[in-house]
Amino acid sequence: MMQGDQNSPDSVAGNPSAMQVGDEAVISITDMNKWYGQFHVLKDINLTVRRGERIVICGPSGSGKSTLIRCINRLEEHQQGSINVDGIELNNDLKNIDAIRREVGMVFQHFNLFPHLTVLQNCTLAPIWVKKMPRREAEQIAMKYLERVRIPEQANKFPGQLSGGQQQRVAIARSLCMNPKIMLFDEPTSALDPEMIKEVLDVMIELAHEGMTMICVTHEMGFAKTVANRVIFMDGGQIIEENEPEEFFNNPQSDRTQLFLSQILAH
Amino acid sequence: MAINDNANPQGVVHDGNLPDKPAPMATEGAVAWMRDNLFNGPFNSILSVLALALVLYVLPGMLSWLIFNANWTGGAEACRVNPDGACWPFVSSRWEQFLYGFYEKSERWRIDILLIILAIGIAWLVIERLPGRTFAAILMLFVYPVFAFFMLYGNEKMGLPIVETSQWGGFTLTLVIALSGIVASLPLGVLLALGRRSKMPIISLLSTVFIEFWRGIPLVAVLFMATIMFPLFLPAGVTFDQLLRAVIGVALFSSAYMAEVVRGGLQAIPKGQYEGAMALGLPFGKMMRLIILPQALKIVIPGIVNTFIGLFKDTTLVLIIALFDLLGVVQASIADPNWSIRSVPYTGYAFVAIVFWVCCYSMARYSRYIEDKLHTGHKR
Repeated sequence: MMQGDQNSPDSVAGNPSAMQVGDEAVISITDMNKWYGQFHVLKDINLTVRRGERIVICGPSGSGKSTLIRCINRLEEHQQGSINVDGIELNNDLKNIDAIRREVGMVFQHFNLFPHLTVLQNCTLAPIWVKKMPRREAEQIAMKYLERVRIPEQANKFPGQLSGGQQQRVAIARSLCMNPKIMLFDEPTSALDPEMIKEVLDVMIELAHEGMTMICVTHEMGFAKTVANRVIFMDGGQIIEENEPEEFFNNPQSDRTQLFLSQILAH
Repeated sequence: MAINDNANPQGVVHDGNLPDKPAPMATEGAVAWMRDNLFNGPFNSILSVLALALVLYVLPGMLSWLIFNANWTGGAEACRVNPDGACWPFVSSRWEQFLYGFYEKSERWRIDILLIILAIGIAWLVIERLPGRTFAAILMLFVYPVFAFFMLYGNEKMGLPIVETSQWGGFTLTLVIALSGIVASLPLGVLLALGRRSKMPIISLLSTVFIEFWRGIPLVAVLFMATIMFPLFLPAGVTFDQLLRAVIGVALFSSAYMAEVVRGGLQAIPKGQYEGAMALGLPFGKMMRLIILPQALKIVIPGIVNTFIGLFKDTTLVLIIALFDLLGVVQASIADPNWSIRSVPYTGYAFVAIVFWVCCYSMARYSRYIEDKLHTGHKR
């Protein structure tokens, strides 16, 4: 199904320079706090993400990991501290929010594809309406990314006619069509049947090899070991531990991290 | 279909595919249909028999009165001789009045043209094989109403004599009120629904107050207020057309109902759809127009058409403010002494009922068709 060798992620995968991490910070979160009413969900978050970094955030449910990445593109509002994405300060200015959302792609647990539009229309919608791209060009780009996630033949179907794994791959292609600098993944495989997880992870691994800056909330520890260059463990709204994957898995420092790892790796 | 007996008696392997067998009972055909739909269980069987009995009890008399024993030809005399059947000559001798009301005889061609364009326009919009349907929609929604107004009312400069709205009547008036109401109430209703769900308290409050005000009073009261009270608020000498007031009243009244129908649809859209659209950088207006409303309106098509049908039938209430719609004209004709025959009132009302039923049922069928067409295999 893969067409065109120069587009093939495998050829990029062999290129070690593509995995290099730049020095420049694309996301810097400083002393960020968030409350839901009286409930303090995120506590003093400090996080810097450099260009090309692949960060995996894990932690028990309710630890605030989804909320954290949803703050980055303002699906959730933070109340204290600052978030700076690619030089744009995230505040109440709608222009800044729109600018950040154009730079940041997001993939959701439940795909959030638009069921009334075909796969191709899902992919071309934002380029046409947000970037004012001509329809033909948007369709070419959409087909390019649909080929990359290996479902160009589904372009004219509706999302409801696809399997979960296929839908999630469409969702990834839809985000990529906006040519984002950063991709956020919010538990992208948690709603999938076991046999479909791999097809989605494969696409994500390829994306990592191409040098995309990625923040993934996921429980796929295999994925974290393969592609992440930093793993962040959160609990109770705080960042408990942050380390390179090897150190994180083999030599976790905090008790809570050890407990969490022992529970998820027990089986 | 090899069954491997291996050493472990617990381990069984079925290799290969089992063949498809035919379904055990007939699931098709008239008998199966009746068993499934009419006689599945004693209670449903009793209901089916009772319903059938009721139909058999009513239907022969109805058909006989409406068709077999009805007077189809002749004039009032024939109906007087046979008063036990419908008097269709009454309708055929009066159909022009039923259609045009009291509209100037020499100017009725203007209505004919409008009706023909309306029929062509609706056909163009409904038949999918025809090209340029977006163009047709724009034409029918924006150009046609203006054109229709000038054609109906007239314009001295265009060489069309003025026909005052007090002369409009019959089915023409029904269509004028119903179509203006339908065309105005959907966009207004959408705006009100969005307003009511707005995060801005003032907009939300104003929309809510508007909706609850119009939903809280009967249409008859709205029409009376439009006719009797409204002129009191205007400065002396300023007049406002009676029909226009009624149309505005009907449109605002149904837009309040429409708003609640649309709001129901908006509430059915999962939060993820908003988030998906926002994460792609779509601003609010585009998100609503391209993602949320198309899905929300699709869900509530039955409710929207229900409101349209209600509005269409409610137009008959303008009778009480001395506007003569189809029902009003028929009722006025019944009083004609030349037709003072027992069967005439029944025939008149039966005719009105049939006309309304055909219009409303067409809307209902079309809405079913659209629902099926828009179904994209996504089950909620």
